[in-house]
Amino acid sequence: MTNHWVDIKNADLIFVMGGNPAEAHPCGFKWAIEAKKNRKAKLVVVDPRFNRTASVADFYAPVRPGSDIAFLGGVINYLLTNDKIHHDYVKAYTNASFLINEGFTFDDGIFAGYNEEKRSYDKATWSYQMGADGFVKVDETLQDPRCAFQMLKAHYARYTPDVVQQVCGTPKEAFLKVCEYIAETAAPNKTMTNLYALGWTEHSVGSQNIRCMAIIQLLLGNMGMAGGGINALRGHANVQGITDFALYAQNLPGYLAAPTDAEPDLKTFLDKKTPKLLRPGQMNFGQNLSKWYVSLHKTWWGDAAHKDNGFAYDFMPKLSGASDVLSIFDQMYQGKINGFLCQGFNPLASVANKKKVGDALAKLKYMVVMDPLATDTSEFWKPHGEFNDVKPEEIKTEVFRLPATLFAETTGSFTNSGRVIQWRWKAADGPGDAKDDTEILANLFLKLKEMYAKDGGAYSEPIQKLTWAYRIPTKPSPEELMMEFNGKALADVLDPKDPTKVLVKAGEQLPSFAMLRDDGSTTCGNWIYCGVWSQAGNLSARRDNSDPSGLGQTLNWGFAWPVNRRILYNRASADLSGKPWDPKRTVLKWLGDKWGGNDIPDMRPDAAPDQNVMPFIMTGEGVGRLFSLGLMAEGPFPEHYEPFESPLDANPMHPKNPKARANPAARVYKGDMEAFGTAKDFPYVATTYRLTEHFHYWTKQSKINAIMQPEQFVEIGEELAKEKGIAVGDKVKIRSNRGFIKGVAVVTKRIKALDVDGKKVHTIGIPIHYGFKGATKPGFITNTLTPFVGDANTQTPEYKAFLVNIEKA
Amino acid sequence: MNMNRRQFFKVCSAGLSGSSIALMGFSPTAAQAEVRTFKLARATETRNICPYCSVSCGVLIYSTGDKSKNTPAEIIHIEGDPDNPVNRGTLCPKGAGLRDMVQSANRLKWPEVREAGSNEWKKISWMEAFDRIAKHMKADRDANFMAQNKDGVTVNRWTSTALLASSAAPNEAGYLTVKMARALGMTSIDTQARI
Repeated sequence: MTNHWVDIKNADLIFVMGGNPAEAHPCGFKWAIEAKKNRKAKLVVVDPRFNRTASVADFYAPVRPGSDIAFLGGVINYLLTNDKIHHDYVKAYTNASFLINEGFTFDDGIFAGYNEEKRSYDKATWSYQMGADGFVKVDETLQDPRCAFQMLKAHYARYTPDVVQQVCGTPKEAFLKVCEYIAETAAPNKTMTNLYALGWTEHSVGSQNIRCMAIIQLLLGNMGMAGGGINALRGHANVQGITDFALYAQNLPGYLAAPTDAEPDLKTFLDKKTPKLLRPGQMNFGQNLSKWYVSLHKTWWGDAAHKDNGFAYDFMPKLSGASDVLSIFDQMYQGKINGFLCQGFNPLASVANKKKVGDALAKLKYMVVMDPLATDTSEFWKPHGEFNDVKPEEIKTEVFRLPATLFAETTGSFTNSGRVIQWRWKAADGPGDAKDDTEILANLFLKLKEMYAKDGGAYSEPIQKLTWAYRIPTKPSPEELMMEFNGKALADVLDPKDPTKVLVKAGEQLPSFAMLRDDGSTTCGNWIYCGVWSQAGNLSARRDNSDPSGLGQTLNWGFAWPVNRRILYNRASADLSGKPWDPKRTVLKWLGDKWGGNDIPDMRPDAAPDQNVMPFIMTGEGVGRLFSLGLMAEGPFPEHYEPFESPLDANPMHPKNPKARANPAARVYKGDMEAFGTAKDFPYVATTYRLTEHFHYWTKQSKINAIMQPEQFVEIGEELAKEKGIAVGDKVKIRSNRGFIKGVAVVTKRIKALDVDGKKVHTIGIPIHYGFKGATKPGFITNTLTPFVGDANTQTPEYKAFLVNIEKA
Repeated sequence: MNMNRRQFFKVCSAGLSGSSIALMGFSPTAAQAEVRTFKLARATETRNICPYCSVSCGVLIYSTGDKSKNTPAEIIHIEGDPDNPVNRGTLCPKGAGLRDMVQSANRLKWPEVREAGSNEWKKISWMEAFDRIAKHMKADRDANFMAQNKDGVTVNRWTSTALLASSAAPNEAGYLTVKMARALGMTSIDTQARI
């Protein structure tokens, strides 16, 4: 979230698309209801199903799964055609006036530089025109046909209300009504908040769905405002924290790019990854990369990381190629992975194409499951009737299952989707011999370290030299770990403006990342968390919920990253002169000598407005991007592509170009393309969803939740039910090209057939929560059906739009 | 009802049930039936956070005992934390079932192994588990560690053992996981957060 949960109450319009917070995030959704009650805010929902969020909305519009970009592109076109944009904001705070490389083109669904064989782009022309002064050329009048504003206008001119109706199946009148609601928030003192979740991310074009909304919010001037922003509702309680700590390959903690083979030494790495200043006078905060990166190495390898060895740059593994969950399972499937550590994760149930995942696990030599519960994954080798039809004698994988504690049995912090880090305390011991994850990992690591010290083996220096100064080495405490990743001064940190002044004394905990240095004198295990445990103690444990601003900022409750800032880009909540666009919801204002207000400034605190330092401080331009340069895999402007399994034979936006049917830059592995089904055999669109009584594949283990929703069901519309002769309560079989599941039919008015491109399209809704382990009735795993293809940028699988057939079981 | 004035006020302050006694005309000494004391009043209250969705609702966990050594606590009740500015004491149907998650019949209680080709779990000690797993990891790492790529660039990576990390683990466990994994040279790492 750029904003936070309570801030939703400050919105004038709550636009929900790609999420269903009334059921999936009920306690956060109360803030949408507060906005409706107290501010007379409107709630608009766009979704394939008339879900419970829609049932309390002021307006609902249906949409075909996988056609969101066509809808949102239509909104962009509406705003530009009807001049419903926040002009001052767009001109000053976005790259609207920036001139785009003359070589950049878009031709029948394909951008410049496409390589069909590699399914990827050479992005050289997806760039700005540079002036002789080394900065980007701009046209302040926004008239130049090559400026980002005019290019945006031209790109989305094709997304007319008629095209939206044709592609999305949304009636034109309903689409226009949604546009009218959204357009109202172009007024400088009106804001729209956008709430989305997996309904946007779980598509082969997931990231571009969100990019569309980023463009819309920039055009409306809603970024940085109270009640504005782009708000990902997100999954587990610490999904934000685990992402921040980079438990994935491409990044290191704090979203630092992980070094690759192309950066053989520290200097090359920093030169390549440090963003360049693109407009004069901007903060370009990313230029501090060297301080964050060197401090991370100092934290992990202490004295073994010093100037002469590039701060132990060689100790950090260099990433080669993709390493996301789909690629990991594909490599496992090909026999290239021998071991698998599975921590609190149930991939057999939660990753696409269960058959492929199960076959991949069967090729492992060893697997280690660390979990509080007996998961489906841990028993992938065990026959469970038709739900898991396997032969154990043929599966040679050695499986270890280690009992871990869960939330109530550990102390430590969670970060919510509003980036607020909150400390939690242990209430009881785990059952039996269960141990904390930290204790399990520490024991394993120390065992390996001992074996390497005794017997030698492959490159063990980074293992032997890893800092491990925990009071009980086998049980690093959460307090020790948080103090460690917050970071401290190894030598006195001096004020660069006045070196006689000591800012932080040697040995002290650091108060903020502004104190980090790249000379090896500071440590910090995650720069964005710096300040959470300063000399003032553990700020994540603060429990003062007072809210003097009335905006719900509660600045003394927990600690939000970065530097306790609650609303990102908050400088943009004020005009160029520093006056809030809406004084009633002041987030930040210029006080004459510094920035102040109701939040921590997202701006250099003494940057006077006449210095023209723009609000998007992490970018080299200082402004928000309507044109996203080479940052996205499939293009600088989002374009509609069909899901990989679509009921349509061609992309209605590009009917004559088969290359532009589905995302041209999405990665498809050998065998997975062949496993896609076609509308001839699988005529119905399926979309997976979540129930309010269940959380993923977890609550099926809890008795009370199992009683509330005991069994797999499948939701179909009345018209389809009639066509297929299916009645409420009938057992049905749903097949995709990858397998089948069975469930009980629930026939509702909530999913209606849509008229898409001259064809009637039925959608089937499939809840995900069931499996063969748990307190619920043993059942099939929904992801037996889903395709093994992901978003071209994030590789998040396409769970929300694929093809199936349905029959009475 | 044997109750002095002070006890009577204590019951009344517990809420409506107490004050309604007075409304019905009972006086402290005249009342015959004892009001059942509020069970949670004797429990230990611990502040925590619901592990399900990312609203991260504050919860109050009530357990028996006072957390002193040798008196194992048992969790008897979990409810929303009214002080938490986001959920303000509320919990949804998922969170309302939290106690049943803690006490699920499918909780794992000891380390187990399923040997190659076997159809059953076998209980093992933590010592044996750590020993056998570390041996597997070391053997795989030593056999497949890549110090340099084919162009002679130092890459120091180990790709043949993968790690998928939980997004329900606290930040501190996540941090230790990534620190350890990178020190071992692992790059086949991903998290539940992606999907």
